[in-house]
Amino acid sequence: MGKWAIAVHGGAGVDPNLPVQRQEAAKQLLTRCLNLGISALRSNCPAIDVVELVVRELETDPLFNSGRGSALTENGTVEMEASIMDGPKRRCGAVSGLTTVKNPISLARLVMEKSPHSYLAFSGAEEFARQQGVELVDNEYFITEENVGMLKLAKEANSILFDYRIPNGGFETCSAGAAATDSPLQMNGLPISLYAPETVGCVVVDQEGRCAAATSTGGLMNKRTGRIGDSPLIGAGTYASNLCGVSCTGEGEAIIRATLARDVAAVMEYKGLCLQEAVDFVIKERLDEGQAGLIAVSKNGEVACGFNANGMFRGCATEDGFMEVGIWP
Amino acid sequence: MGWAIALHGGAGDIPVTMPPERRQPREAALRHCLDIGVDALKSQKHALDVVELVVRELENNPNFNAGKGSVLTNAGTVEMEACIMDGNTKRCGAVSGLTTVINPISLSRLVMEKTPHIYLAFDGAEAFAREQGVETINSSHFITPENIERLKQAKEAKRVQIDYSQPIQKDVEKELPAASGGSQLGTVGCVAVDNQGNLAAATSTGGLVNKMVGRIGDTPIIGSGTYANNLCAVSATGKGEAIIRHTVARDVAAVMEFKGLSLKEASAYVVEECVPRGNVGLIAVSASGEVTMPFNTTGMFRACATEDGYSQIGIWTSVE
Repeated sequence: MGKWAIAVHGGAGVDPNLPVQRQEAAKQLLTRCLNLGISALRSNCPAIDVVELVVRELETDPLFNSGRGSALTENGTVEMEASIMDGPKRRCGAVSGLTTVKNPISLARLVMEKSPHSYLAFSGAEEFARQQGVELVDNEYFITEENVGMLKLAKEANSILFDYRIPNGGFETCSAGAAATDSPLQMNGLPISLYAPETVGCVVVDQEGRCAAATSTGGLMNKRTGRIGDSPLIGAGTYASNLCGVSCTGEGEAIIRATLARDVAAVMEYKGLCLQEAVDFVIKERLDEGQAGLIAVSKNGEVACGFNANGMFRGCATEDGFMEVGIWP
Repeated sequence: MGWAIALHGGAGDIPVTMPPERRQPREAALRHCLDIGVDALKSQKHALDVVELVVRELENNPNFNAGKGSVLTNAGTVEMEACIMDGNTKRCGAVSGLTTVINPISLSRLVMEKTPHIYLAFDGAEAFAREQGVETINSSHFITPENIERLKQAKEAKRVQIDYSQPIQKDVEKELPAASGGSQLGTVGCVAVDNQGNLAAATSTGGLVNKMVGRIGDTPIIGSGTYANNLCAVSATGKGEAIIRHTVARDVAAVMEFKGLSLKEASAYVVEECVPRGNVGLIAVSASGEVTMPFNTTGMFRACATEDGYSQIGIWTSVE
């Protein structure tokens, strides 16, 4: 029997002025999700079930950017995406462009198990959800008052400063609210006026040494309709093999270019690095200008996290009794 | 150092008995596209421009499953996807779910260059195409009589073989009748390294015959169907679900980078050791001008050329 381990995250890149009550609420949610996963692992649930269970909980709680509480598109709607991967056979499922599916991660798992494909998106994914009889809700369910306010701020900032065809200029002078911080966030070298990371994810290794990973997100605040980020992309936001399970979060475009999740596994597999070394390597060497973070577990029951952003909502626990929940470095 | 280029028109269960009238136009198309790429490289075009140019030509050719000639979804529609990546900067762009854009590969390049994002899909991608003023056309332009027939055959076969309540069958494609001969699994792609050592990869596809509406394959996924960095450029083709699971294109580069294997060794390792037989083919070039085109399927429509005068066009294992 091996040792289990679990890690959860609620996104990398944290508003430095985040109110203390919100920090506490985030920590409480992460702790609750860890405990949920720990109980399932103690009852010998397979890793793939545990990551789904935990991410469902994160999606259902409105605090982070997935499921209820997802960031809004430029049209004020929610378009969610998620992916899941089971290490032993590298089976995987992914979904994008969901607007009515209450728990995107569970639909991703159904794509893996009940469809001949690995990835379904937009109306085809919604149609599959109806065929499978998963719980559907009105798009309004996902939209929180807070996010409506954030979108408004994003749009105000955009209307003056943000044109994606024109390189950054004068963004520093903008104070578009809490999330637009002193150092403007950029993506692909172009400014993003308001950035709502807070993607959620969970990685687990169970007592049998099986690894699994799951990631779910609403994407970027004020994103274009149809934008796909790293979360549903196998090898970018999510990856699991017989060696490890990885879930990433942060600036999606930097994560995609870096094939960040696969690279953690690849340096373990091809360079023989241990989990923590692999995580440190990819955070240091793979991310270009982008800010991101990740959580990972190995088949040996190790757990690691790494980020180059100013903070990451995260928690982890191992069978040995180690447990940690944190936001800042 | 020298330039090198490779292109493919899909790997799969291509029957060796394929009649000449079906084989020859495809060989001619491969030769034509190779010539276009070679000319561009000789006129000092950047690798990124070369792969886009060649893939546009392959998309315009109805014999391959991309652009005009794309295979049909289970609803009888086309949903095209494409991806492009520049090796030195690792900048990339991808699109899925296109129904009216004549050249998906060029839209993926616009996503890379004109948006802060990497990947746009479905209605959002179509809206972006209109904003950018790329050439669009009624969906019927892409649909060929051959593909209508192919869908009909697939549906007849599928009625028996696929029931979603039954255990998963990830290898539907293999069961499809191969009699119509050719490009059921076709995808097109091009990789190039120019004289300056710039690397680029591009892949474009209509996906799988009878695929579910909304299905995304390996082609638009960076690291799966398409990848380029400062060591190599890779475009993969075959069974999308297997290619995604094995992050095929990134793994060729990762094995070179982390194990120190050569381009040929790394590509052979991924095709022979990592992905089950019958699932994958790939083309790859390295920064030093090597080229390789391994596959573990029956055949792969492919062509390549290097600056020192080597050139090959082939379908099955034996070199024609």
